[in-house]
Amino acid sequence: MMDLTTLEGKDTPGKVRALCRKALVPLASDPSIGPTAAVCVYPNMVPIAKHELRGSGVKVASVATAFPSGLSPLSIKLDDVRQAVELGADEIDMVIDRGAMLAGDYRKVFDEIAAVKEACGQTHLKVILETGELGSYDVVRRASDLAIAAGGDFIKTSTGKIQPAATPAVTLVMLEAIRDHYYATGKRIGMKPAGGVRTAKQALHYLVIVKETLGDAWLDPDLFRFGASALLNDVLMQLEKERTGFYQASADFSAD
Amino acid sequence: MATPRKNEKKTDAVKAASSEPDLGFTGESSWQYEPSLEGTDHLRFEKKYELFIGGRWVAPKSKKYFPTINPATEEPIAEVAEANAEDVDAAVRSARTAYDKIWSKLRPAERAKYLYRIARAMQEKARDLAIVETMDGGKPIKESRDFDVPTASAHFFYHAGWADKLDLAFHGRPYRPLGVAGQIIPWNFPLLMAAWKIAPALACGNTVVLKPAETTPLTALLLAKIFEEIELPPGVVNIVTGAGATGAALVAHSDVNKIAFTGSTDVGKRIQGAIAGSGKRLTLELGGKAANIVFADAPLDQAVEGIVNGIFFNQGHVCCAGSRLLVEESVHDLVVRKLRDRIATMRVGNPLDKNTDLGAINSKMQLEKIRGLVAAGEAEGAERWSSPCALPKKGFFFPPTFFTNVAQASRIAHEEIFGPVLSILTFRTPDEAVEKANNTMYGLSAGVWTDKGSKSFWMAQRLQAGVVWANTFNKFDPSSPFGGYKESGFGREGGRQGLSSYVEVG
Repeated sequence: MMDLTTLEGKDTPGKVRALCRKALVPLASDPSIGPTAAVCVYPNMVPIAKHELRGSGVKVASVATAFPSGLSPLSIKLDDVRQAVELGADEIDMVIDRGAMLAGDYRKVFDEIAAVKEACGQTHLKVILETGELGSYDVVRRASDLAIAAGGDFIKTSTGKIQPAATPAVTLVMLEAIRDHYYATGKRIGMKPAGGVRTAKQALHYLVIVKETLGDAWLDPDLFRFGASALLNDVLMQLEKERTGFYQASADFSAD
Repeated sequence: MATPRKNEKKTDAVKAASSEPDLGFTGESSWQYEPSLEGTDHLRFEKKYELFIGGRWVAPKSKKYFPTINPATEEPIAEVAEANAEDVDAAVRSARTAYDKIWSKLRPAERAKYLYRIARAMQEKARDLAIVETMDGGKPIKESRDFDVPTASAHFFYHAGWADKLDLAFHGRPYRPLGVAGQIIPWNFPLLMAAWKIAPALACGNTVVLKPAETTPLTALLLAKIFEEIELPPGVVNIVTGAGATGAALVAHSDVNKIAFTGSTDVGKRIQGAIAGSGKRLTLELGGKAANIVFADAPLDQAVEGIVNGIFFNQGHVCCAGSRLLVEESVHDLVVRKLRDRIATMRVGNPLDKNTDLGAINSKMQLEKIRGLVAAGEAEGAERWSSPCALPKKGFFFPPTFFTNVAQASRIAHEEIFGPVLSILTFRTPDEAVEKANNTMYGLSAGVWTDKGSKSFWMAQRLQAGVVWANTFNKFDPSSPFGGYKESGFGREGGRQGLSSYVEVG
């Protein structure tokens, strides 16, 4: 249920290849620990990730739509999406226009998401609300409803570039929007808290929130993902502790 | 809209089973949570607890003892002395002596010091007080640990602050304490009710004879040990354990100046009859059948949390429990569905487990009363839903339950159940909500859920209830007065208003 992510200006093919190998084999000493759900990169890095992950089932997610601000003309955003899809992305992580959201131009927000969804075609769409910039739970809830209504397959808290990123409270608000949509239509929308989830213990808290809000069906990579990079190694550390009875040093786990 | 996913199949299977999308909360968790039990091995209970009179532990003249049991296991914890009229007389005499010779002569700032000491000692012993409260009464440890004990301690801190500032409390009018206060408290919040009663009485300069409920005497006795430890002068607080007859002897005693009672409306009426013409002052905090009113414009998911807290807090053994849900008809189905899914995730079981949401029903008698009223609700044609959760085999447990299709005339709509059972009714307009909410013999509390502040105030002005909560429920603070209208009693506890129950104002 984890998306390993690298979204930095200094990302290089070498960095992305290393991340992909980590995604495929999180712990060299224990091949039974399966790969992560996806790797999330910038569009230019999609072909490298795609090549590295070929045949593994690990999805390649690409951010798009003038990530992370989203403040570019729609035509540029749509081009961004189409090119990422052409480059082989299995999933698109778009950002909403927070400026329009806060200015009350909900139609613009909705129309952009709908247009991006169309540009995605069959490619899976995650809609990043950037909750850390929305200011209140009311706005988060409204943005969630818009993103779902406009065709998002997943709603996602954050880009990882803004603090606070994912919090349990904001995640619950979004899960409630997903639940109300499910009550009304029977359709299941996915959820991705991203940024800020660093430890296995925090992850368990999130899983309990998901389980008690939406039930067992959502405890599945098709409907729930953690956007995290630090989380994986902490989970590995806890697994090793369960296996051996001792905590290992962080240097015992490969950084990527 | 969405691309096909492998989960769509599961959706179809669920859809086939029921007409509406179902999240599949069956009460059978796919995860087994490890028990997280609060430890009890370090506790040393005495075999027998005596009466606390005049600062000493004395054997009852009745020579009788009764067991107090753990309602979650049905096993006895200890034997407790049963005070008869002679014992009560000894306690009142000791309280009178302490009042005349010590407490009424003490400078107010000195009284405050004792109250501060009690409050701090309760904090120091918070963990053990919480565990014993949970063992003796059945409430979940998370509640006794996070609510009962800290709030009880807070009451002593708050009233310690008033003790030397009473000149400011009654608009400059002269005042004097009443003398000896006889206080009878219930089993639902044993330690907290002891604090609500004792703290203001002592702050205002009175002395006390306290009778705890017979099913939950232990934390009041631990409180007596705290009084010993902090060297509260002998006789300032006396604790006599026993059942109804002990309470009746206290009420009837001619040298008691004031009776404060929290409990059932039935017993409250008998007390009022018994002291008529005696000149004793009286405050009563009795039953309730609070309306929790949810408007369509309310934040519904928050309201659901408030409804759950309102009725399932302390297994519904709460006089101000939100036991009547009045929900605007246009959102009734949605609220009921959300409520059902929410309740199905609640954990009922060992009260000492930190993950337990609902603990044990306080006594076998109470469990039978709840069962009887639930059966009456079914017989009257209301539709019952109970959580499918598993219940422990031993002990007194009842699953969280609600009724829909409840007629205003039915018993479950107007009788206090005092258990985890919610009656759901609908309304169409704010006027109708007010009318239905007030259509009860009680008037202790009410809740209003709406995103419109103006509507909250409009409702609060019209609801006949001592407390009206807006977008929350069961919130308590020592500075906020609590008490009832109509057959929920009279007098206020807490706040500046609560002080006047313990003084004569000139």
